[in-house]
Amino acid sequence: MRSTARAVVWTAVLVLALGARPARGGENDEMCLACHGVEGVTAPDGRSLFVGAAAYGASEHAGLDCTSCHAGVSGPHEEPPAHLGPQVCAACHRDVVSIYDRSVHGRARAAGGTDAATCTSCHGSPHAVAKVTDPTSPVYPLNLPRTCGVCHGDRALAERHGIPVADAYQLYMDSIHGRAVSRGGLLVAANCSSCHGAHDILPANDPDSKVFRTNIPATCGRCHAGVENAYLQGSHGDALHAGRRDAPVCIDCHGAHRIQNVTAPGWQVATVSECGSCHTESRATFRDSFHGQITGLGFTVVARCPDCHEAHRVLPASDPRSSIAPAHLVDTCRKCHPAANVNFVAYRPHADVRDRARNPGLWAVALSMRMLLVGVFVFFGVHTVLWLLRSLRESRGRR
Amino acid sequence: MAQEDPSARRRYFWRISLFDRILHGVLMASFLGLAATGLPIKLNWAPWATALAQAMGGLGTILFLHKVSAVALTLCFFTHLVHVGWMALVERRRGLFWGPGSLVPQPKDLVDLYGNVKWFLGLGPKPRFDRFTYWEKFDYWAVFWGMFIIGTSGFVLWFSEFFARFLPGWMFNVALIVHSEEALLAVWFIFTIHFFNAHLRPEKFPMDLVIFTGRVSGEELREERPLEFERLVRSGRLGDLETRPPERWLRNFGRLLGLSVVVTGFVLFTLTILAFS
Repeated sequence: MRSTARAVVWTAVLVLALGARPARGGENDEMCLACHGVEGVTAPDGRSLFVGAAAYGASEHAGLDCTSCHAGVSGPHEEPPAHLGPQVCAACHRDVVSIYDRSVHGRARAAGGTDAATCTSCHGSPHAVAKVTDPTSPVYPLNLPRTCGVCHGDRALAERHGIPVADAYQLYMDSIHGRAVSRGGLLVAANCSSCHGAHDILPANDPDSKVFRTNIPATCGRCHAGVENAYLQGSHGDALHAGRRDAPVCIDCHGAHRIQNVTAPGWQVATVSECGSCHTESRATFRDSFHGQITGLGFTVVARCPDCHEAHRVLPASDPRSSIAPAHLVDTCRKCHPAANVNFVAYRPHADVRDRARNPGLWAVALSMRMLLVGVFVFFGVHTVLWLLRSLRESRGRR
Repeated sequence: MAQEDPSARRRYFWRISLFDRILHGVLMASFLGLAATGLPIKLNWAPWATALAQAMGGLGTILFLHKVSAVALTLCFFTHLVHVGWMALVERRRGLFWGPGSLVPQPKDLVDLYGNVKWFLGLGPKPRFDRFTYWEKFDYWAVFWGMFIIGTSGFVLWFSEFFARFLPGWMFNVALIVHSEEALLAVWFIFTIHFFNAHLRPEKFPMDLVIFTGRVSGEELREERPLEFERLVRSGRLGDLETRPPERWLRNFGRLLGLSVVVTGFVLFTLTILAFS
């Protein structure tokens, strides 16, 4: 290999000495392309050193000389030039690189992590770099998930670096956002950078991160403004702004990467458990109700939490704006029960029959039913066992 | 013929009319339908519940079958009431509401219960029963009470918007508790106690065919209901009840149907136990 490289260098020198004329570019570029413009040129370790003049000419960097980045290389060289990193890009893209340096990727690089993404990991080769709006760019919205997925779909890599979501790419591609991108080619569908940012990606536990818990409603609200507005009017939004870390945010119900269509039955049933992870008593009493029983069977035609309480603007019954405030209850029930009246809505869907102090009447009804059941079976249980023993003895005696 | 021993094994006497057997058949079918479609809803957390609901055709189907069975059982209930009314008012049948041949509990039933428990314990002879034993009367009134309670609460829940015109809201809370708890009691009672009392106890095992054939042998009648037997002999009415032995097809039909119902009931009973374990 080493002799091949040497042969290439001497060939280049020979070509230059014979006065070959380059087609375009600076004098330096002509010299570089004399070797690097030849298809098949490789480094001793087999890496391609080829720079396509046509692709470079079409790239955003077309106006730059080779030495703008590869500073210090002036003529035929046998030793490889110094490794280029983000600091070279910073010569022009200073603001972006300084943002990058503070990002999770930049910090990992600075700490010596060679797996962490740099400029070229996402933007591709600087010799063919294209604008984000160019469909050939790796950061074009429809291409970005695959680009991030090179690392964020790699379980082994995630394990090496303690990345909490190992299969973000796979989860995302199954999500409603991912499908909009992959099937619909929808440019406005959320892609990785819509939520995580691009150069400024921070880990989710960093309070400045777009995906830090308290920032999530604003992040999702950049597209889902109406929902964010409703959420902020509700108790959950209030609690979040009051600093309660356990207040639910968008991703608690919808998930983060694998966000599903809200009409997906499996997801609809699962949200009940999600609400119930805080509202444990309400979940238990919901399960006692007919709505809860049918939901428990996995059917979604009956009311679940958000049907009565609203999905995003969740408010207690004491708030006059609430869907379950006395003034709105008839209308809320009428969404499914068109003839519901005041008596009908006086049904208590969350009455706990086990709570004697709060529901003495229902508690007594449930207890008497249970006592009837126990009484019947104690009596007839004993009766049956005694009878069976006697009958067996009689039939044995007869034989 | 008249001199021949009426308790002979091969002589048969009517016990249950065709009308009542058909009613019992409707009761049996609709009860199974109600249990099979209601239990998955009540015990929805059990893994089998979802599978059973799906296997029957999903929510629309189970609710439809539950309501169809409910209507059938309600008709059965009212048909019986009309029949009883007919017997009392038109046929002027005596002893219907009181007496040894009545289904209404008599003081003797308490004595029989006491005597039967003594017999179970080997402390006395087997009581001499009349036309209906105390456990048969319990079965009858348990079903009567059960249909009234479960049926009423069921219709309140089914037509909740209509009933809300005149019932207070808490009645729906009560209706749901009562419907569901009483139904579990009914299912467990029928599939264990009634099956044992009527069919599975060693004297009857595997099945008492009287509910399908309507007939008992003279021997059975004298052994199991000596007071009724003696009364019929004394009054000379036993001869009126005599009939042919049940046809083979009818017995086989009874065995097949009875066995299917007992097995179905036992499966449903096991599933309810699984849900609570």
